[in-house]
Amino acid sequence: MAITSSSAIDMVEYCGEDELHVLAVDDSLIDRKLMETLLKKSAIKVTTAENGQRALEYLGLGGCENHDPALTSSGVKVNLIITDYSMPGMTGYELLKKIKESSTVKEIPVVIVSSENIPTRINQCLEEGAQEFILKPLQQSDVKNLRCQMMKINKSCSGRLYLGR
Amino acid sequence: MDVNQMERRLVDYTASLFREGLLDDQFTQLQQLQDESNPDFVVEVVSVFFEDSERLLNDLGRTLDQQIVDFKKVHDHVHQLKGSSSSIGAQRVKNGCIAFRNFCEEHNIEGCLKCLQQVKQEYFLVKNKLESLFRLEQQILAAGGSIPMME
Repeated sequence: MAITSSSAIDMVEYCGEDELHVLAVDDSLIDRKLMETLLKKSAIKVTTAENGQRALEYLGLGGCENHDPALTSSGVKVNLIITDYSMPGMTGYELLKKIKESSTVKEIPVVIVSSENIPTRINQCLEEGAQEFILKPLQQSDVKNLRCQMMKINKSCSGRLYLGR
Repeated sequence: MDVNQMERRLVDYTASLFREGLLDDQFTQLQQLQDESNPDFVVEVVSVFFEDSERLLNDLGRTLDQQIVDFKKVHDHVHQLKGSSSSIGAQRVKNGCIAFRNFCEEHNIEGCLKCLQQVKQEYFLVKNKLESLFRLEQQILAAGGSIPMME
């Protein structure tokens, strides 16, 4: 099945049962490229989105009138969502809230990344249910750590990480 | 100059950029992510950095030139530049942005203009150095040598 990719989303066409898959959200092209390469180097499949709205659409939460069926990703599993905090439009925090409010995708762990080390911001995100808060730039050691966490979660609640009805 | 000499020159040149604080450990991280499956990773990412930065620096000049300066815009541009320079390891550009942001928060136009000049200088310096570095790498590869992996 050919999936047309918009300029904002790089689609993963097929996700193997055991392959880890991350949705990475960041308005910075450099940081998207970085995250993608870091994750791929750890054998993790990556889908990137350039803003919160695109991320929500990918997760099936877009709520747009002209929702393109080709972008619906039923059956695709997302093990983790990594999102930048500071993004124009919808911040990573706002995206986190929307994910946690949704009955369909709230089980998917969300990691917030930020260039700023602001304790109130960190607490706010953790209280809203973020799995972790990591300072940018992301390192290989961070990815290894996240990989471990994903494997653990994968074992315990695999079924609840799938998108679609 | 034979290939071995070129390779040594590359190592020394790269080391000098770190010593002078132009690059930090994040650049090494980028180099470590480059491999056979992704052989042009560093050049690709740095090229995006060059494009982004020049656009941001121009936007900053224009924004600060307005009758009434929109400091939120200035802040956003500087934030972006700080982020991308941090992501590729352009340490002095990043530090320049931190100082810039402080003046921006104070709504200090003079301070901002001075910082813009400073950041521009640092940017063009690191751009120049990185372009030389990439040229050296190309010469080595063309002569049949290989790029030494950074520790």
